[in-house]
Amino acid sequence: MITVYVKLFATLRQHRPGLEIGEAFPVELQDGATLRDLVRCLKLPEDQVKLIFVNALSAELDRTLTDGDEVGIFPPVGGG
Amino acid sequence: MAKLLRIDMTDRTYKIEDLPDKYRLLAGRGLTSSIVHDEVDPMCHPLGPKNKLILAPGIVTGTGAPTSSRISVGAKSPLTGGIKEANAGSGFPPSLASMGIRAIIVEGQPEEKDEFWMAHLTWDGEAGQPRIEFLPADEYVGKDLHKVFPKLFKRFGKVNIAGIGTAGEYLYGDSGVVFDDMKGRPARYAGRGGLGAVMGSKGLKFIILDSKGAPGVEFADKEAFDKGRKKLTKALMEHDITKPKGALNTYGTAVLINIMNEAGGLPTRNFSNGRFEGAAKIAGEAVFEGNKERTGKELYNHACSPGCIIQCSNTWHKPDGTEHVSCQEYESIWALGANCGIDSLDATGELIRLCNAYGLDTIEMGTTIAVAMEGGLLEFGDADKAIELMHKIGKGKAVGRILGSGTATAARVLGVTRVPVVKGQSMPAYEPRAVKGIGMVYATGTMGADHTQGYTIAPEILGVSGKVDQFDRDKADLARGFLEATAFIDSTGHCLFIAFAILDIASGFEGLVEECNGVLGTNWTLDDVGRIGKEILAKERAFNEAAGMTNLDDRMPEFMKLEPLPPHNVTWDIPDETLDAVWES
Repeated sequence: MITVYVKLFATLRQHRPGLEIGEAFPVELQDGATLRDLVRCLKLPEDQVKLIFVNALSAELDRTLTDGDEVGIFPPVGGG
Repeated sequence: MAKLLRIDMTDRTYKIEDLPDKYRLLAGRGLTSSIVHDEVDPMCHPLGPKNKLILAPGIVTGTGAPTSSRISVGAKSPLTGGIKEANAGSGFPPSLASMGIRAIIVEGQPEEKDEFWMAHLTWDGEAGQPRIEFLPADEYVGKDLHKVFPKLFKRFGKVNIAGIGTAGEYLYGDSGVVFDDMKGRPARYAGRGGLGAVMGSKGLKFIILDSKGAPGVEFADKEAFDKGRKKLTKALMEHDITKPKGALNTYGTAVLINIMNEAGGLPTRNFSNGRFEGAAKIAGEAVFEGNKERTGKELYNHACSPGCIIQCSNTWHKPDGTEHVSCQEYESIWALGANCGIDSLDATGELIRLCNAYGLDTIEMGTTIAVAMEGGLLEFGDADKAIELMHKIGKGKAVGRILGSGTATAARVLGVTRVPVVKGQSMPAYEPRAVKGIGMVYATGTMGADHTQGYTIAPEILGVSGKVDQFDRDKADLARGFLEATAFIDSTGHCLFIAFAILDIASGFEGLVEECNGVLGTNWTLDDVGRIGKEILAKERAFNEAAGMTNLDDRMPEFMKLEPLPPHNVTWDIPDETLDAVWES
């Protein structure tokens, strides 16, 4: 088993009520789990998962996770 | 027949001229840059009599096109010494367009310094043309704009306002041109490049615009326009970022604080780090939740200008539930927050409110205060001292006069070498070492360090218009493409945020072009977008060159090449040849 630390942002936060903004929560996954597995485990709608950063680097859903990874997940957002 | 309205502040007279044929297809930035190129001596002193201030709504402004109430303001910039276009959303642009005025050109300079005037611009129904009455503005000089705007509305009725605060009166490089928002607040800005100082140098404090009775915008082909408008509207309503209750409507631009922080590209404490430990406290989510706690309501964002369907502007509230300031944008929160080591929305809110009171560009103010912090005038994170300094700037105290001149000047005076500036204008909220494409835009763009002239963040971070690796160094084509497309969009009168939708939804982009054809009677296709953008940029570059700039000005500050930026520990390592390649094709 591996443990990754996840932060959810913007509208994705409603899937984890009570969490402080920017607060990471631990998630246990099987060895060799991917970001897609994480998204399914958290029951996030895949079309609402647009931007993912693993350890400050942009990543796609097929990325394999390792123990201790820090994951930040955003829905489609824009700005200026 | 579209008109140019020429105001001469030397003798306070005005002329209404037919729009010359060469400008027939130009508006917004395309027109301000063409007029600056054609009429302003590139070697003139930006605060002298030979500079000109141009205000031009866009091609479709005032037509009912969605999210199109924007105005371009152009001149030779006192901050960069080159050409400048700054852009704002307000009720002022469509009102001006409804008079058939394609541009206001303010020229000359009063002989008496420190005398300020207002131009009361109304529609003369009998003569069938605009009319200006010049009125003394002395009673409004030196005052907080929050106190002045209500007096102006009381005196003149339902009008729109363009003007300057004390910052423009003091001729600061940090001064912007302020416009009224939908609630009459002095809160919308053509912020960057010190254009408020140009207006102030001409003794013009306010343009009071009353468009009652004005004829409205003319269409060459209303049917074609409506077809295009519907396609664009559909794209805006569909895209996750621009749609109602979508990202921008819910969280505004400040949602980017957490994204850029995760990406390690949020400039912190005067560009010394790419991550700020207090980011979550000042991000868009914190604005939404803070407002919810303080007002008991889930507040969605509002429109800055008539006809905007994206509606991304927030209002921040005090603990007692009353309004503090509108609005706290990503750039403003970043500049006065993370970049200054300040992690409180109440502090950034007050600093932004003071920028609005005094007529200051929040970006340049934030980067200047951060340099002042690095230079030892105050500590990073000291919000109270920052607020004190802001008052000194707004009130023209000695240290304020220095800081009001901008980040480059403050750095020079204080001996600070970590100076995040290109062509004299300070960098906005994206760290170039961590996001190479936006760095290329900062370096090679005609405006100085400016993110709105080519928002490559869209593909580099947000996954809009494709996905590109933020660290990839081969980005000359990407930068050029964005610079060109943006110059076109800046001429249409649409807010640049339509790009989020139209870069992903092709029919939206087609709709934009069809709208323009419907107003101008042209037959443009998507292929013309790049061509028109190129033409505008060519004029801007020609002006800059004649003003003394060379490719050596398309470079990043030294400290970024030497200092690795945490958390990625990257430096600015793009070769000069790659930068020059942006313009060489």
